[in-house]
Amino acid sequence: MAKQSNEQVSITRSDVEHVAMLARLALTPDEVGEFAEQLTAILGHATDISSLDLDGVPTTAHPLPVTNVLREDVIGPSLDRDEVLAAAPSAEEGRFRVPRIMGEA
Amino acid sequence: MRSAVEIAAAVRSGERTARSVAEEHLATIASREGEIHAFNHVTADAALAQADAVDAKVARGEDPGPLAGVPVALKDNLCTRGVPTTCSSRILDGWLPPYNATVVERVTAAGGVAVGKTNLDEFAMGSSTENSAFGPTLNPLDLSRVPGGSSGGSAAAVAARFAPLSLGSDTGGSIRQPASFCGVVGVKPTYGVVSRYGLIAFASSLDQIGPFAATVNDAALLLDVISGHDRMDSTSIAASPTALLNDGTDVAGLRVGLVTELTDVEGIDPEVRAAVERAASALEAQGAIVERISVPSCIYGLSAYYLIAPAEASSNLARYDGVRYGLRVDGDDVYEMNSATRDAGFGAEVKRRIMLGTYALSAGFYDAYYAQAQRVRTLIIRDFAAAYERFDVLLSPTTPTTAFKFGAKTEDPFSMYLSDICTIASNLAGHPAMSIPFGLGSDAMPIGVQVLAPALGESVMFRVARAIEAAGGVA
Amino acid sequence: MSSNEVQAEIQYETVIGLEVHVELATKTKLFCACANEFGSEPNTNICPVCLGLPGSLPVLNERVVDFALRIGEALNFTVPQRSIFHRKNYFYPDMPKDFQTSQYDEPICAEGWIEVDGERIGIERAHMEEDTGKSTHVGGGGRIHDADHSLVDYNRAGVPLMEIVSHPAMRSSEQARGYVSELRAVLLAIGVSDVKMEEGSMRVDANVSIRPVGTTQLGTKVEIKNMNSIRSLGRAIDYEVERQTIATNTGERIVQETRHWDESEGITHGMRSKEGSSDYRFFPEPDLAPVAPTDEMRAAARAAIPELPAALRERIVAEWQVAEHDARVLVANPALSDYAQESVAALASGSARDVVNWCTGELLAYGNETGSEPNSWALSPIALAELVGLVGDGAISRSQAKEVLAGCLAGEGAPSDVASARGLAQVSDEGALAAIIAGVLEANPDAVAEYRTGDEKAQKKKRGFLMGEAMKASKGQGNPALLNRLLDAGLA
Ligand SMILES: [Mg+2]
Ligand SMILES: [Zn+2]
Repeated sequence: MAKQSNEQVSITRSDVEHVAMLARLALTPDEVGEFAEQLTAILGHATDISSLDLDGVPTTAHPLPVTNVLREDVIGPSLDRDEVLAAAPSAEEGRFRVPRIMGEA
Repeated sequence: MRSAVEIAAAVRSGERTARSVAEEHLATIASREGEIHAFNHVTADAALAQADAVDAKVARGEDPGPLAGVPVALKDNLCTRGVPTTCSSRILDGWLPPYNATVVERVTAAGGVAVGKTNLDEFAMGSSTENSAFGPTLNPLDLSRVPGGSSGGSAAAVAARFAPLSLGSDTGGSIRQPASFCGVVGVKPTYGVVSRYGLIAFASSLDQIGPFAATVNDAALLLDVISGHDRMDSTSIAASPTALLNDGTDVAGLRVGLVTELTDVEGIDPEVRAAVERAASALEAQGAIVERISVPSCIYGLSAYYLIAPAEASSNLARYDGVRYGLRVDGDDVYEMNSATRDAGFGAEVKRRIMLGTYALSAGFYDAYYAQAQRVRTLIIRDFAAAYERFDVLLSPTTPTTAFKFGAKTEDPFSMYLSDICTIASNLAGHPAMSIPFGLGSDAMPIGVQVLAPALGESVMFRVARAIEAAGGVA
Repeated sequence: MSSNEVQAEIQYETVIGLEVHVELATKTKLFCACANEFGSEPNTNICPVCLGLPGSLPVLNERVVDFALRIGEALNFTVPQRSIFHRKNYFYPDMPKDFQTSQYDEPICAEGWIEVDGERIGIERAHMEEDTGKSTHVGGGGRIHDADHSLVDYNRAGVPLMEIVSHPAMRSSEQARGYVSELRAVLLAIGVSDVKMEEGSMRVDANVSIRPVGTTQLGTKVEIKNMNSIRSLGRAIDYEVERQTIATNTGERIVQETRHWDESEGITHGMRSKEGSSDYRFFPEPDLAPVAPTDEMRAAARAAIPELPAALRERIVAEWQVAEHDARVLVANPALSDYAQESVAALASGSARDVVNWCTGELLAYGNETGSEPNSWALSPIALAELVGLVGDGAISRSQAKEVLAGCLAGEGAPSDVASARGLAQVSDEGALAAIIAGVLEANPDAVAEYRTGDEKAQKKKRGFLMGEAMKASKGQGNPALLNRLLDAGLA
C-alpha cells in the first residue's frame, strides 16, 4: 500500500514562524526551536498514513450520515448586552474595544 | 456509600433528603479535595440550594426526576451559567458563561445536583490531567500516579466518592482512559447521541459527552438522562438509544470479537492483555461466543487522530483572541494583542496542537495530512462495518498500561499520545465504547476492559458491560 | 522617442469580474435565532452562537436555503445534489470565531448566467456565508490604519449572505453597471434581499485588469472595494483602468492587491497588509450537516419565483406599449411594478401607458421622498385605475388629476370624491347637462341644420363644434361621456 517513498519530514524554524503567525502565537526563539523538533517528530510518525496510496477512497469529514439539518426562521431571545460586555476585556459605548487594526480583512 | 440509582430512589421516596445527600458528599469533598484536586471549582452553596429545591418538590408530592438528589460533578469544559468555566486554561480564567450547556440543563431538570467543575487537561488535550493550568489532579487510588485524562478530575471525583456520577468528554479516549486509570465505569456514547451544545469544543467531529459512574447501571441512569435530540446541535441525532437502565445482563449467544490490533500488539502490558482475556472467558462462560478479529486499519488510527483533532482544534481555539471574553494581554495593534494574549493564555500542549493543526491545514499540506487522515477515517469505518457483520460487540483493553506516575510521559509528547491507542478508533468511527474496571495489575492499580459497539449499539454494549462487571475481574 | 512612448501605442482591453455580496432578507441570522435587523442599538442582536461563545454551535436557517435555491433558479445555476460548508480561517476582530463559515469547493449554486443587454454574462458560483460584525475606527479621522483604537458591534455578525461571483466576463464599466443593475432587479423581484448598496445590504467588489487587445491571458488583477452605489462602481472601474493603463505604459508592474475606492477624492488607494498572511486553511465545517436540496425544496423555490424582470419588461413593452426605458424603471422596483400590474388589471377606461406614467413619475418620486412602499400608500392600485379613467374620459384634465392624486395620497379619499371635494368634479347631473345641450342646440340652429343635411365629414365637424360649445357652457366641467350621449340624443 506504500506510495512512493517515505519522505523524511522536516519542519524548519521558518516553517514554525510562519505557522505561528497564522495561528497568532507570539513564540519565543526557544519555543520556535522546540516546536520545530517536536512537529518534525510527530509528523514523522504520521508518514505511516501520508505514504498510503488511498486514491479513490473518499474522505469522511463527519461520522454522521445526516443532511438538511435546518431551523425555522423564527426570532428567539438575544443576550443581555451589559452581561456580555461585562465579560469583555475592554468595552466602550456599547461595543467591544480593540487596539487599532493594521492588517486587512 | 450507595449508588446513584439507590440515592435517587431514596430521595424520591422521601426516605432521605437531597440536602443530607449533598451535605454528605460535600463533607467528603472537604476532607480529601485538598490532596486530590479533582475540582477547579466546588459549587457548595448552589448544590445545597438545588438539593433543597429537590426536597421541596418531594414535599409537594411532585417527582423531582430520575436523578433526584444525586450529586453530579461536571467537567470544566461544560458551560454553566454564572459559574466559572475555564477548560483549565488561563485564557478563560474568570469567564462566567451566560448560558448552560444542554447536558447541564438536562441533569438539573432531572433532579441532579451539580457539585462543581472538575479539572482536565487544558482544553481536553492530554491523557494525564498534567496539562491543567491550575495544577494536576491526583489519582485517588495512588497519589503518586496520574488519574488519566483529559477528564481526570471527573474520573477522580467518582473514584474518591465526591459524587456518584460525573460528566466528561471524550475526543480520543478522554473518558474511557481516566475511567480505566481510576477504576470506574466510563462511557463514550455514539457521536450525536448527547448534545454538544455548551461543550467547549476541542475537535468537533470527535467530541462526545458521556458519564462516569461507579457501576454500569449508574452510568446507564445518567446516559438515559442526557441523551436525546437537541435542536441546538446540528450533529445531534434524532434516534436515541433505548432506555439503558436495568436493561439486562444476558449475553447468551452474543458474538464477541477480540480486536487483535488493539490487544495482541507490542506496548500492551501482558497483565492488561491477560485481564481482557479473562473478561472474554467470563463472557464465554455466560454463553457468549468469543473469537479474535482483525480490524486492520486500526493501526493507522493514532496518526489520523493526531492530524484531524489538532486541525479542528486549531480552528476551534482561534476565538480565544482577547477581544470578547477571557484573558487579554495588551499590544500595540490587534495582531500584537492577539498573539501576546494567546501566547500567555495557552499552555505548551495546546500551543503544540494548534501549531500541528495549523500546519496540517496550511497551503500545500492539506491533502497529504488532513485529507489523507480523513480517508483513513473512511477505511476505519469500513473495517468496523465488516467486523460488525460478524460480531455484536468488540473487546479490547482500554489502555495499554495501568495509571502511570506523574512526569513519566511529559518529556516526550508522542509517548503520551500512545496512551490513547486503544480508544481513538471509536471516535474516528463515531461509535460507542465504554471502559469497565476488571481486576488490578501487580501495581495494585485498576485495569479497564473496553467494550466497543456499532453506532447506536449502546443497549448491547451495556449488557456486555454488566456481564463483565458481574464477573468481577478477580484473577 | 522613448520606449514608454512606443508602449503607449498599444491598445488595451479591460477585463472585469464582480463579486457581489447580498444580505438575505430573512427574519433571523444564518445560524442562530437573533434578529437580522439593520440599525439596532450596538450588540443587542447577539447570542452565544453569533458571538462565537465557547461551546456554541450553528444550526442552519431553512429560509436561507430556500433563498439560495431561488437565486439558483433565477440566475440559471446548476444546483448540485449536495453542498457543504467550509471554515475559512483568518483572524479579524469583527469575526467572532476567527473563522468565517462559508462555502468553498462545494457551493450551493454552480455555473449560472444572467442576460445583460442581450448578452449572457457567465456567473461562476453563488454560495451561502455569514457576514462579519462592524468596526468603528476611533481617532485618525475614522480611517482604519490611522485610528487610535476600534470598536466592534456584532449585530451584523452571522447575518446571511449570498456571495455571487461572476466570471471575468465584462469588458467595460458600463457593462459592469448593467450587470449589477440587472442582478439587483432579479434579486429584488425574487424577494431574497432589499439590495441597498447605500446601507450595505448589497456590496460589490470589482476585480479589474487590463491586457493588450487580441491577447487571451488575464493580466494581474486588482480588487477594488468600498463602492456604495452603481454609479461609484462605474467611476471606480474607470479610474482603475486609467491608473493601470498609465502604470503599464510607464513600465510599472501592476501588483495584485486590494484597493479602496475613495468616493470623495474619486481615486482608489492600496491597503497595507501583512505579507503572505492569507492562507485560509479551508476545511469542511464539522458542526454542520451537508445541504442536499430535495425535489420538494427545489419545487418550493421554483414556485416562489415571479415573472423575472427581463420577461416582465418585454411583456410590458409589447402589451402596454410603453417605452423600453419606462419599463426598465418600473421593473427595477418590483413593488411598484406589482402595483402597476394590479392597477392595469382594474382599468375600466384609460390606457396602461397612463398607469405606467403615473407610476414612474409622480408615484416613484412620492415613494422616494416619503421612503414608503406602494402597499402602504393611501392611493390603492384600483384607485389609480379610477384616476386614469377620469382623465381618459376627459372628466378631469391631467393637471387637475395631479391635484387629485396629491389629495388621494394625503388620505382624502377616492379620486372622484377628492375631485368633487376640491370642486374639480365634472358636472354629471343629467338634468343640468340636458338643459345645457338644449340651450346650445337652440342657440346654434344653423349648425344643427348643417349637421342634419351634411355628409359624414360635415357631420363630424358640426358635432365637434356643438360638443365644444356644450363643454364651454359647462365651464369645462361637464361629464364628456354624458354630454356626448345627450348631444347624440338631441341631434337624433
Ligand atoms: Mg466571501
Ligand atoms: Zn445570535
